[in-house]
Amino acid sequence: MEAGSAAPASDRTAGERIYEFLGRLTDLPFAIRAGAGLVLMTVILALVESGLPGGIETVALIAIVIAGIAALTLTEGRPALVAGVVVIVLFGILLTYHGLLAVSQTGITGLSNGAIYALGAVGLTLVYGILKLVNFAHGDLLTFGAYMALVASVFWGLPLVVGIVFAMAMTALVGIALEKVMWAPMRRRGAGVLQFVLMSIGLAFVIRYAIQYVYGTELRTLGVDNTSTIDFLGVRIGQTQGIVLLVGLLILVGTGLMLRFSILGKRMRALSDDLELAETSGIDTSRVILWTWVLAGSFAGLAGVFAGATTQLQPELGFEFLLPIFAAVVLGGIGDAFGALAGGLLLGVVVEWSTLLVASGYKSAIGFIVLIIVLIIRPQGIFGRARSI
Amino acid sequence: MEPATLLPLGVSFDAFASLGFWLGVGVIAGTFTIFALGLQLNVGFTGIFNFGQAGFMAIGAYSMAILVTEEGVNFWLSLPIAIAITMVFGLIVGLPSLRLRTDYLAIATLAASEAIRLTTLNARELTNGSQGIFGFDTEFDDLSESIESLLISVGWSDPETLFPLFMIVWIVALLLTFGLWRLQKTPWGRVLRALREDEDAARALGKNAFAYKLQSLVMASALGAIAGFFLALNLKFVVPDEFLPNFTFIGFAILILGGLANYWGVAVGAIIFQTIFEGLRFLELPITEVQVSALRYILLGLVLIGLMAFRPQGLFGKREEMVLGE
Repeated sequence: MEAGSAAPASDRTAGERIYEFLGRLTDLPFAIRAGAGLVLMTVILALVESGLPGGIETVALIAIVIAGIAALTLTEGRPALVAGVVVIVLFGILLTYHGLLAVSQTGITGLSNGAIYALGAVGLTLVYGILKLVNFAHGDLLTFGAYMALVASVFWGLPLVVGIVFAMAMTALVGIALEKVMWAPMRRRGAGVLQFVLMSIGLAFVIRYAIQYVYGTELRTLGVDNTSTIDFLGVRIGQTQGIVLLVGLLILVGTGLMLRFSILGKRMRALSDDLELAETSGIDTSRVILWTWVLAGSFAGLAGVFAGATTQLQPELGFEFLLPIFAAVVLGGIGDAFGALAGGLLLGVVVEWSTLLVASGYKSAIGFIVLIIVLIIRPQGIFGRARSI
Repeated sequence: MEPATLLPLGVSFDAFASLGFWLGVGVIAGTFTIFALGLQLNVGFTGIFNFGQAGFMAIGAYSMAILVTEEGVNFWLSLPIAIAITMVFGLIVGLPSLRLRTDYLAIATLAASEAIRLTTLNARELTNGSQGIFGFDTEFDDLSESIESLLISVGWSDPETLFPLFMIVWIVALLLTFGLWRLQKTPWGRVLRALREDEDAARALGKNAFAYKLQSLVMASALGAIAGFFLALNLKFVVPDEFLPNFTFIGFAILILGGLANYWGVAVGAIIFQTIFEGLRFLELPITEVQVSALRYILLGLVLIGLMAFRPQGLFGKREEMVLGE
């Protein structure tokens, strides 16, 4: 009897034992695995770039980030509060070691970049939430907008404001055209996730390289004054940077309020919850979808102009914003305009603060690591409600 | 200009007659085959959307180059070590992310791949930044030369220098294709397929879905590393720009061209893709070089869109094996 029950165990092959071990590994609480992954990533980064400032600061920063992650994983309630506390403590630690000036200077730059992320993210999050379309071509809509402003304000010599409006209108038109030609027919055929993703990647190639075909790869500028600064309590704010931040915030808050309180916003949220149910309850869904693309396209165009105004135009401009925009969307929770705003600003600030610690070349990588961590810990977003992951 | 060699379109087909052209196409197509076999294993047979394959390729190529040039490890010994390092990275990426919904997994793996590329760009002490790493391939060159002298002794008076690499990359690619094709017929392969079709059903049968997915991703990362070796050997250097996400996207185009859930289709897709992609360089249109290179990518994008719209299972895929839905 005893021999009989022992036999199966010794019969198992090495492979089966490995499966079993892996199985047990995956039964561990999620927090431990995620935490271990994060520690590993940090160690690798530290090993790769031994230039990380050693000592108490690094330890404190890693500790607060891990504590934040643990708090987010273990508690279901008030994730925004946890994120807020983490950011305030981070601010405090950085303040102690780098001084108010450096922290607020990078913070302002971060907020300005964050406004661009947020503008891109609002459109992407609405399209993602309502049409369930993971649009890898959204970044290239930004590039398109930037080049449209270039055409209007530099080639045709129109005032920049007119150029911006032209860029927003043209990008919105492209969004609508693509909806009519590509996305709506594909939805009617019941295409799957991979089909949409690969199609949007193909579209991204077409837009990006059509721009390269027409305008070449050379760097171009919108001729915006990037040198004059405003002194605000000792912090130097670039004039363009300040305008980007202010205009971006105004538009985003306005849009957020519109989505929350207007009929269109309510209809959009109804579509986002259940498109078919919204249709049966008498909402003209194709009209709402059209408005979604108007918003997504024009904001992408504006974000592109802002990105081009603060840096330089080249065909890869928007693609480099794609992953940060995805990160802002995920941080904020899919389909949530205010979430995208908060997510974009938060990401912008965190990424820019990271330049106080590591070489600035790493700042995009820091953004991607934030994205991965958030996807792992809280895929429904810091500000999002619990949904299926 | 002789009318005999120029067609009305302005396309000269002279290049297609030269062995050098086909060897160049062949080496890259073989590398893409190995690269996309990993995607086939993940996307076609397991149903996980791995968009980070270029990152794994970067880890493999850089590990090999750093081991040889910095640590003085023998080239042949560096290959298994580099594969092992890449598999550890596969594990690190897979452990936390494989539980995610498919579209989130795509974003997470793409972000991981970009984080790896940016690290290779910025960790200058280790990777030499955008300058890249040279001089890791002397041992391989020795082998290449002895194969050449062997060819001369057999009677090929002037063998192409690329021929040995071409030969080796395709032997490896076909062996790997055969191995994966056999593996798919084992119980292990059938579990992967079951996971792709219905994960809950596979779980109900007591299969540890997560462990199988992890193995699939780690194996794909090893294939990415091998593709990275051949990319590095062909270029004779490694630089961060070779590992842009575009490489992964091209891999997906090849995968779809050859057909989902079809290992032998991968090689066919890679050859078709690379022949067209390289062949377009010989278009004699009155446009600049930048425009020609842009045109190649526009065409790639249009092919992807067209395939997804009209033939999502690819040229040789089976419609019933389509795993594109949710």
